[in-house]
Amino acid sequence: MNNPDDTQNISVEPAEPIITINGMHKWFGDFHVLKNINLEVRRGERIVICGPSGSGKSTLIRCINRLEEHQQGTITVDGTELTQDLKNIEIIRSEVGMVFQQFNLFPHLTALENVTLAPIWVRKMPRAEAEESAMKYLERVKIPEQALKYPGQLSGGQQQRVAIARSLCMNPRIMLFDEPTSALDPEMIKEVLDVMIELAESGMTMLVVTHEMGFATAVAHRVIFMDEGQIIEERPPREFFENPEHERTKLFLSQILHH
Amino acid sequence: MAQNQAKQAYAAGAHPDLPPPVRTTGPVGWIRANLLSSPLNITLTLLSAWLLWSIVPPVLNWALFDAIWSATDRKDCWAQMDEPRAGACWAFIRGSFRLFIYGWYPEPERWRVNVAFVLLLLAIVGVLRDNLPGKKYWLWFAVAFPFIGAWLIVGGFGLTPVGTQKLGGILLTVIIGVTGITFSLPLGIALALGRRSKLPALRAVCVIFIEFIRGVPLITLLFVASTMLTYFLPPGSTFDLLMRVLIMVTLFSAAYIAEVVRGGLQGLSSGQYEAADSLGLTYWKAHRLIILPQALKISIPGIVNTFIGLYKDSVLVLIIGMMDILGLGRARLNDPDWLGLAPELYLFIALFFFLCCFSMARYSLSLEKKLETGHAQ
Repeated sequence: MNNPDDTQNISVEPAEPIITINGMHKWFGDFHVLKNINLEVRRGERIVICGPSGSGKSTLIRCINRLEEHQQGTITVDGTELTQDLKNIEIIRSEVGMVFQQFNLFPHLTALENVTLAPIWVRKMPRAEAEESAMKYLERVKIPEQALKYPGQLSGGQQQRVAIARSLCMNPRIMLFDEPTSALDPEMIKEVLDVMIELAESGMTMLVVTHEMGFATAVAHRVIFMDEGQIIEERPPREFFENPEHERTKLFLSQILHH
Repeated sequence: MAQNQAKQAYAAGAHPDLPPPVRTTGPVGWIRANLLSSPLNITLTLLSAWLLWSIVPPVLNWALFDAIWSATDRKDCWAQMDEPRAGACWAFIRGSFRLFIYGWYPEPERWRVNVAFVLLLLAIVGVLRDNLPGKKYWLWFAVAFPFIGAWLIVGGFGLTPVGTQKLGGILLTVIIGVTGITFSLPLGIALALGRRSKLPALRAVCVIFIEFIRGVPLITLLFVASTMLTYFLPPGSTFDLLMRVLIMVTLFSAAYIAEVVRGGLQGLSSGQYEAADSLGLTYWKAHRLIILPQALKISIPGIVNTFIGLYKDSVLVLIIGMMDILGLGRARLNDPDWLGLAPELYLFIALFFFLCCFSMARYSLSLEKKLETGHAQ
């Protein structure tokens, strides 16, 4: 086990890496999904990951909280290495928030109960305190008035914002977004992106798989382009969009920007 | 008025919600849609009306209006009617009513059965109603009830012991039903989770158990319980027959419940597991808070179906010589004083089972409605 003090003492240093991925490979059966991934994410950094479907971008961020298991190489999150050790996995999961394409709210619980569930059962927070904190986050995502509704009674955009509040209520140090706006109707995309931009401005470390290039330009420090399980290109957004280096990136950009 | 509204022009978005045409709603709409919608439908409606008219009054006359409620024996009963068999002779059922309920349970101890019945009703109410004050204590009581009930019925620990061979009738039926239902649900859930476990040994045990039990008729298992088990036990040891039957019935229905619950578990999207995992919930917490509440909700119709089946299958204990309500009733048919009153008896037993099973079915419907949150994830 790593000594937690080591990481806390130097947490003010902005350039310190919070996620380190070294020579990581992953296979689904015989299929080599991720090939030799090396990535370092600094605290407070915002990274947008894009690429064609099947390029492994979702799998990559799902490896960071061990929803998928990698087979080779190392992933270290906030000083804790991801191994078979269930304790480590639980620590990392409670520090890393995740937002899914399909929202994955718990349909049998109200919005408020969705948000308070993990603080109460994982963090052992008293219910009243958890509810107070949950309402704070529901206000932050601008839907406190929907707190007592069930997910089935909310629109897609509202559900996704509840899902973001649910993750934030665990006070995560890192937020992973797996195509958060892909399942939304066009008029709801903006309300979710606004919440994400506000979150970015607060200094949260974010890894976002998305094709919302406007979002990438506005908030990302780096854009990562993936294809066939490899990181092809990794550059600040302006350079990435205006002057891509690889042919594959140019082709991809021409396809998503001109239709 | 209505025509004025129709002609009136509204600004965009300002059109009020109007009531639907009268002919499509309310009783008139219902009759038109369900009884008179086509020539075939009209014919069927008339035919049904005629059938009801020719069946219902005679049955009611026989069962209620011409029925005899007190008599000393069949002859006396029939003598009170205009002609023999014109009405039901409920005096037969009335005379045997206590036997049907208590079996051969000793008279002076029957208060214990009554207390157990009342406690059972309280336990059921405590589990099923959720706006009770002190719900937690009701649940604890419900968990403790099977043991309190067993103590009251069989005695010991300060109460006069009553042998299980004295149990019979509705008492026996209810004991088998309630025990089977109470213990097969948790066991079934455990088996379903085991069958989906990542541990190969555990999974294999659960699969073999479920498939073996499902592959053998209940009657066979009951014969195994009544005869073969004694070979496996050390010589001289006695293992109560009722206990063996209860275990077999519980295992049998647990295997079915397991498959129903497994269906419910598979009905959940993997996103639910991932969301629970990503929040740092452990396997047990995720199942208790997220997975099982949803899976069981989906499984309610199947679970209740299995319970109803179990309750009715309890009459099979007749075959290994236990006298449940059906067995006792059939024995009473041989009483020379009451020969030939099978219709009354079977109608009574049918009514008893129907009331029990129909209540379960209605409860399951209301539960489904209550748990509906307008979303199928």
